[in-house]
Amino acid sequence: MTVKYLLMIAGDETAEAHANDGCGGWSEEMEQRGVVAGGAGLRPPSEATTVRVRNDEVLLTDGPFAETKEQIGGFVLIDCADLDEAIEIAAKHPAAGYGTIEIRPVLEPPPGVV
Amino acid sequence: MTFEQIYRQEWGQVVATLIRLTGDWELAEECAQEAFAAAVERWPQDGVPDKPGAWVTTTARNKARDYLRREAVGAAKLKEVAAVGYEPDEPYDVPDDRLRLMFTCCHPALAMEARVALTLRTLAGLSTAEIARAFLVPETTMSKRLTRAKQKIQHAGIPYRVPPAHLLPERTPAVLAVIYLLFNEGYSDVVRSSLSSEAIRLARLLVQLMPDEPEAAGLLALMLLHDARRETRLSADGVLVTLEDQDRTRWDNAVITEGVDLLEATLRRRSPGPYQVQAAIAACHATARTAADTDWPQIAGLYGQLRQTPVVALNRAVAIGMADGPAVGLRLVDELAAGPLVGYHLLPATRADFLRRLGRYAEAATSYREAMELAATDAERRYLTKRLDEVSV
Repeated sequence: MTVKYLLMIAGDETAEAHANDGCGGWSEEMEQRGVVAGGAGLRPPSEATTVRVRNDEVLLTDGPFAETKEQIGGFVLIDCADLDEAIEIAAKHPAAGYGTIEIRPVLEPPPGVV
Repeated sequence: MTFEQIYRQEWGQVVATLIRLTGDWELAEECAQEAFAAAVERWPQDGVPDKPGAWVTTTARNKARDYLRREAVGAAKLKEVAAVGYEPDEPYDVPDDRLRLMFTCCHPALAMEARVALTLRTLAGLSTAEIARAFLVPETTMSKRLTRAKQKIQHAGIPYRVPPAHLLPERTPAVLAVIYLLFNEGYSDVVRSSLSSEAIRLARLLVQLMPDEPEAAGLLALMLLHDARRETRLSADGVLVTLEDQDRTRWDNAVITEGVDLLEATLRRRSPGPYQVQAAIAACHATARTAADTDWPQIAGLYGQLRQTPVVALNRAVAIGMADGPAVGLRLVDELAAGPLVGYHLLPATRADFLRRLGRYAEAATSYREAMELAATDAERRYLTKRLDEVSV
């Protein structure tokens, strides 16, 4: 039994300096351990477009969900044993050293749906 | 043993076992509750079984199995039912179940208030209402806090286990804090003294499991040294007896020796921490032959090593006052008077005590009255009344 988590990697504007750093040996180690199920680094929030549909009307906003100090700069979907392993994986990510990583368990579909 | 005592003693083990078997915290708690309810009905007729805890665990396990069978929809669920039902020759008292429950309740991914509440509920068996009262929040708030914590453990995949060795050093302080809180819960309330025994039992297990963690040993020594004095803290008619007036011949010497030996062995590792320092203070008191023999300068020095919270500062003022005279003590206490201790009954009580020692009875009486209005327990109020009578001529 494994649990899926989304690691949401956030940082303030100073984090942009690290955009092209890569992940050191992190990706290689995690690929090898077989815990990574997907993920990507993201272009800055200034290039984001936010979409809502209200009364059949598509409403667009230039920019991210909310103008907070910290913005999502990347994400990784992992599949591992438990929260302790997820914490260990997140703590090893280079972005944990300058940004913040939120670990969110993925909603498991009810039986019979998949 | 009364039913209440059996409940307090066995609850944690029953819940811990049921969580291990079902992986479902709410179900474990509900089944434990129902099993104890069944015991209330059956035992008066059938008599209390030889191993009441085993009886309740078996009953709770059967309830869990029946529930899972009713709910079973897939093969996976049926496997769970089988797991709950089949447990051959299980030795009943598996200590690690409670320890793993402890570590899981104290997981750092949970908020501190949730950890404490969860430990008191699942391990110590306090009701949600009791915990709510202890934290001064409405019962619905506490109920939500507990439910949220249990849901997070389950859905976020917090493992139900004692952490592996490399994680223990960072996971231990939270467990120590919760154990000490449990101890104090039982120490301040005669009726729930089993909580203190439970705390000591858990601390012993921790020391065994983590022989290289001096703070676990420090905490155990601290609790033993307090516990050795338990019987002398209240008079027969329920009046609080201060350290100075306790009958030292009734202190439990075997327990004091165990605490002091453990502390000395631990201090030799030269890795001090707040529990070891507090244990050293308790040892100064426990080994003083008479109250007058107490090594107050040493105690004052030890309080100086602790993080200076307002309560520590007050205790340090008491120690300095006892070492250098009540006039010095009074001055230090008055310096704390405007701070965050306003409304804390031991502040006016300490002030009153120094005034009494100085023979300033009228002022002492005023402070004793102030302390009485703030005191939390009847035993304390009775003690303060006694002192008030002494200074009222």
